[in-house]
Amino acid sequence: MTHLENIFYLGIKEFRSLYRDVGMLALIAWAFSLGIYVAAHAQPEALQHAPIAIVDDDQTALSTRIADSLYAPYFKKQVVTSSGEADLGMDRGLYSFSLEIPPNFQRDVLAGRQPAMQLNVDATLVSQAFIGAGYIQNITGSEVAESVQRYRSVSTMPAELAPRILFNPNLTQAWFSAVMEIINNVTMLSIILTGAALIREREHGTIEHLLVMPLTPFEIMASKIWSMGLVVLVAAAFGLEVMARGAVGVVIAGSVPLFLVGVALTLLATTSMGIFLGTIARSMPQFGLLMILILLPLLLLSGSMTPRESMPMVVQKIMLIAPTTHFVGLAQAILYRGAGLSVVWPQFLAIFGIAVLFFLAALVRFRRSIGTMQT
Amino acid sequence: MSDLDPVVRLRDVSHRYKKTLAADGVTLDIAAARMVGLIGPDGTGKSTLLGLISGARKIQDGTVEVLGGDMADAAHRRRACPRIAYMPQGLGGNLYPTLSVFENIDFFGRLFGQGRAERKAHIGELLASTDLAPFRNRLAGELSGGMKQKLGLCCALIHDPDLLILDEPTTGVDPLSRRQFWDLIDRIRERRTGMSVIVATAYMEEAERFDWLVAMNAGRVLATGSAREMETRSGRSTLEAAFIEMLPEAQRSGHRELTIPPRRPNAEIAIEARGLTRRFGGFTAVDHVSLTIERGEIFGFLGSNGCGKSTTMKMLTGLLPATEGQAFLFGKPVTGGDIGIRRRVGYMSQSFSLYGELTVRQNLVLHARLFHVPVAETDARVEEMVERFGLRPVLDELPEALPLGIRQRLSLAVAVIHKPQMLILDEPTSGVDPIARDTFWELMVDLSRDDGVTIFISTHFMNEAARCDRISMMHAGRILTTGSPAALVEASGRGTLEAAFIAQLESAQASQEGAHASRNARPAAPPARETKPTQSKSKHPSAFSLQRLLSYSYREALELRRDRIRLTLALGGTLLLMFIIGYGINLDVNNLAYAVLDRDQTAASQDYALNLSGSKYFVQKPEIKSYEELDRRMKSGELSLALEIPPNYGRDLLRGARPTIGLWVDGAMPQRAETVLGYAQGMHAGYLSDLAVHRLGVKAGLPFTLETRYRYNPDVASLVAMVPAVLALLLVFIPSMLTALGVVREKELGSILNLYVTPVTKLEFLLGKQLPYIAIGMVNFVAMTVMAVLVFRVPMNGSFLALTTGALLYVTCATGLGLLISTFTDSQIAAIFGTAIGTILPAVQFAGLLNPLSSLSGAGSVIGHIYPTTYFLIISRGTFSKGLGFDELYTSFLALAVAAPILTVASVLLLRKQGR
Repeated sequence: MTHLENIFYLGIKEFRSLYRDVGMLALIAWAFSLGIYVAAHAQPEALQHAPIAIVDDDQTALSTRIADSLYAPYFKKQVVTSSGEADLGMDRGLYSFSLEIPPNFQRDVLAGRQPAMQLNVDATLVSQAFIGAGYIQNITGSEVAESVQRYRSVSTMPAELAPRILFNPNLTQAWFSAVMEIINNVTMLSIILTGAALIREREHGTIEHLLVMPLTPFEIMASKIWSMGLVVLVAAAFGLEVMARGAVGVVIAGSVPLFLVGVALTLLATTSMGIFLGTIARSMPQFGLLMILILLPLLLLSGSMTPRESMPMVVQKIMLIAPTTHFVGLAQAILYRGAGLSVVWPQFLAIFGIAVLFFLAALVRFRRSIGTMQT
Repeated sequence: MSDLDPVVRLRDVSHRYKKTLAADGVTLDIAAARMVGLIGPDGTGKSTLLGLISGARKIQDGTVEVLGGDMADAAHRRRACPRIAYMPQGLGGNLYPTLSVFENIDFFGRLFGQGRAERKAHIGELLASTDLAPFRNRLAGELSGGMKQKLGLCCALIHDPDLLILDEPTTGVDPLSRRQFWDLIDRIRERRTGMSVIVATAYMEEAERFDWLVAMNAGRVLATGSAREMETRSGRSTLEAAFIEMLPEAQRSGHRELTIPPRRPNAEIAIEARGLTRRFGGFTAVDHVSLTIERGEIFGFLGSNGCGKSTTMKMLTGLLPATEGQAFLFGKPVTGGDIGIRRRVGYMSQSFSLYGELTVRQNLVLHARLFHVPVAETDARVEEMVERFGLRPVLDELPEALPLGIRQRLSLAVAVIHKPQMLILDEPTSGVDPIARDTFWELMVDLSRDDGVTIFISTHFMNEAARCDRISMMHAGRILTTGSPAALVEASGRGTLEAAFIAQLESAQASQEGAHASRNARPAAPPARETKPTQSKSKHPSAFSLQRLLSYSYREALELRRDRIRLTLALGGTLLLMFIIGYGINLDVNNLAYAVLDRDQTAASQDYALNLSGSKYFVQKPEIKSYEELDRRMKSGELSLALEIPPNYGRDLLRGARPTIGLWVDGAMPQRAETVLGYAQGMHAGYLSDLAVHRLGVKAGLPFTLETRYRYNPDVASLVAMVPAVLALLLVFIPSMLTALGVVREKELGSILNLYVTPVTKLEFLLGKQLPYIAIGMVNFVAMTVMAVLVFRVPMNGSFLALTTGALLYVTCATGLGLLISTFTDSQIAAIFGTAIGTILPAVQFAGLLNPLSSLSGAGSVIGHIYPTTYFLIISRGTFSKGLGFDELYTSFLALAVAAPILTVASVLLLRKQGR
């Protein structure tokens, strides 16, 4: 009973400390409000204003029609006179695509000679290269087909494809970015808040003070975990309901409470990581630097930026130890796909296991290092 | 200027920090070539005045004339500062803890433009006269308090100043070191008779030896004159008493001579130590300490700095385990985790260690709760403490805003709120003024005599030691002697406790050092040297000096080499991150899981499914049997794509009935979904044209073909595309953060003061700090490029020279960005977040890393156009992937070459040369 009481009172003290830390409060407020809005809209839709140079050596109705078909918002078109000019532009990064319509294109098409247009793609922008090339292929194909149909019959397709996009029918990038930003901020802030709370005690010498009081390391650690975890949990709920659903307009398919249970489990793991880092770093700046080395891989490799299945197998395997990997999985399943516990229980189990493991590791490390923490 | 002119002339000088008025219309003339003392309680504006005189603080109101010129005038400050030396408050505030003794002094020598030979001679002399010579290679951070103060003095004296300003140079320093320190000052003054010295001090005994005193209170001058004059005027025998007499009635009231009632002897033993020993590595901090303290006794600990007092106390509280020996509290052995014992002990550590973010009341309540004062009693107990320690007026204030004396009272209140039977107090009164100290002692006497609390206290103040029932003198981990103060004085035959203590220390040191006879045979004065040797160039500092710039670079590099975590991040972190990002972030979308719901089950439908399974982009999963299963597997995220082949597909295909294939794409990740859709459509088209050729025997009816060439990266390999981008990303992120930290560290640790009071200019300071980080950035660049070519096998198609030149310009911009961020931030943690936000977001989102610049609009587009990463990305991709060189990319080089100096100059303009 005294354990729980101590943990409770120490946790209250953490809230009070946080309340006075204007910088940290501002960071939390930004991360879960405007930050989400900005991140949701920062990443443009898959293809937006892609710069394309068009070299029209045909100058006929058909070639003009093709050029006109590549319009905003998908493309930003620039008609240039020579392929040399287009090449130089691509070298300088001014154009991502250049389309060359050869002389006599219209005549050859009508004659059924299957002339070739040339599309140059800047493949250093990988994702845009693929998507853009696909768009151009489809658009020019249908434009030419349509105009040719008036002159001669074209054989129809023997089988059709009826694509349906599930969960995000218009593939709105903001839906994805907003929720992933919440996930990333949960990870980042929970590590920072607990780690910084510990370092602050050390730098101000108050850790020594706690140690001469009738308190155990377990109580000190648990109090930081519940209090800072709660702060992030509430902020995440706000971010999801008010910002993602309200301001950005994400349609959430599944159960928000179920998602928040997942957040809580993840927080147990990430706050433990914060404590662990806090025992390694000797000062706030060292903590900041260490955190960056840990946080970036967590954010980049857990599947919230690029699909996990495309990563090398080794990376995929290693990242199974990270709670965020499972967290991203369950968040996508619950929020976008409307999955229930019957579908995502493996992720819950994995996060819980990892959280317990991390907590114990942090506790062992905290107990061991606490003696050397006094300045 | 003759010696008769005042060296400092203050007229109506006022200074405020937010709400508090630190100096209130001070008018004062200080004569040259004298030793002048500023005395007064804490927070009366002594430090503020010294900061203004030295030029470290910006003048707000009034005029300050020093060495015959106005300190508000930047040109005069530049002329005057080589003649002024300023040693700030605190132990080693302007020193660099990771630099050795020699390196610290050497750095200051360089700043004042001294040549190598001159510095060497000068430093040797200073070290010899301060007894620091044996420690020339020890790191400043590892010195004891007294040694740090001597080192600070050496750094201040390296350029032979005409005006020496010392701000509480002996606070927290033990009596022997203190005496040595003042002897040293005296010897220097004998040699350089023209030098003026201004000292602020809290020790009245020290002030007695100064030529002339300025007594201050609440930002005003109370009186001036010699110690003798002040004593005569007030009719008191000591300066301390005289000073208290001068204070206004309100402050003085309640103060009375402290009398200590005799103690009733008590046979119960409260604290006992038997052969207590603690070693840190090979160093023995506490060496077989044995003592017994009776219940209710006030027991004092006296000793030199770093002699093991704090360590002994920590072992008694169980904070530190003993290497050898045993400690007992109330007859019970002390063990680390004994919660029961902790409830009976109150401990107050050397530095203030309460929660600055909690109000006075909140601190009290929290501690009452944690010590399990029954909830019903909590309010009454807090009330009692508030009453007893006089905390009522400040109940709802934050401790940070309170004067030191009141904070110490709060600390004591917190330490006794659970009514402990024993108090362990580690230098509780360091830096507290005499009146506050007396109040503090009254409380302790109450506790001891009325409540029978045992008090174990360490102190540097002799009058406090004299009030203890018994004291132990300690040196180098051993107890030298123990007894009542009176008995010890008598035994030594020296008359005063201080003399007795110093005699003990000296004999202990002598026996300890034995062969090191040099200490006792110290020459009366250092080897004679002409009094003003460095008049030549250092007296007229030039507007720009490469030597000063490089001295900052050199020092920064030294510090960096000794900070492992920063160095790891600087070198290892970059490669680690490159590795992770290079391998981990894959923009190719492949290995996509798909499954087929085949409701036809004919050769034709299987043929269609097979068409997909042959692709490298897709991985086939077990067939789907029903719509429910399709739904469930899509929901769990197992499948990115599901195909539904309708019943009678094969028949309809042959009949020309145009069957429709259903395609279900997981839209949770839009980018991936777009790609999946593109692949599937392409595959479908391929399937159809095959079908047309092989099955139906007709040529595909497309009217034209589109020949797509993927340029620069023919395989559209993610790695080839990513690596040049990662290079751009990491080269902005890490160098800028390191640079920002390098500057902000100085602000946070206080050594920025050296920028304020030495001839170094803002430009020299910033450029000097920037250079080492540019070097580190270039090392990183080379390492990453090697890694790209050898490990990632990314071909380097263009001009390496162009890439390197671009990298150099870019790293200069990145470090310049760090400098700029450092001018806005005051703490290191803010600098870390500031640079993270200021670099990651623009570099990733706005610089054309994933999407071309033209896709952006509004603010993002503007930032993208002026952000250096945009241009280096073009250079890096141009040289790596596109095989280009200077000719094609010159516009980007030009952009970087313009941005680099702009960033540095902007930082120079925004940096302050004086504190507030």
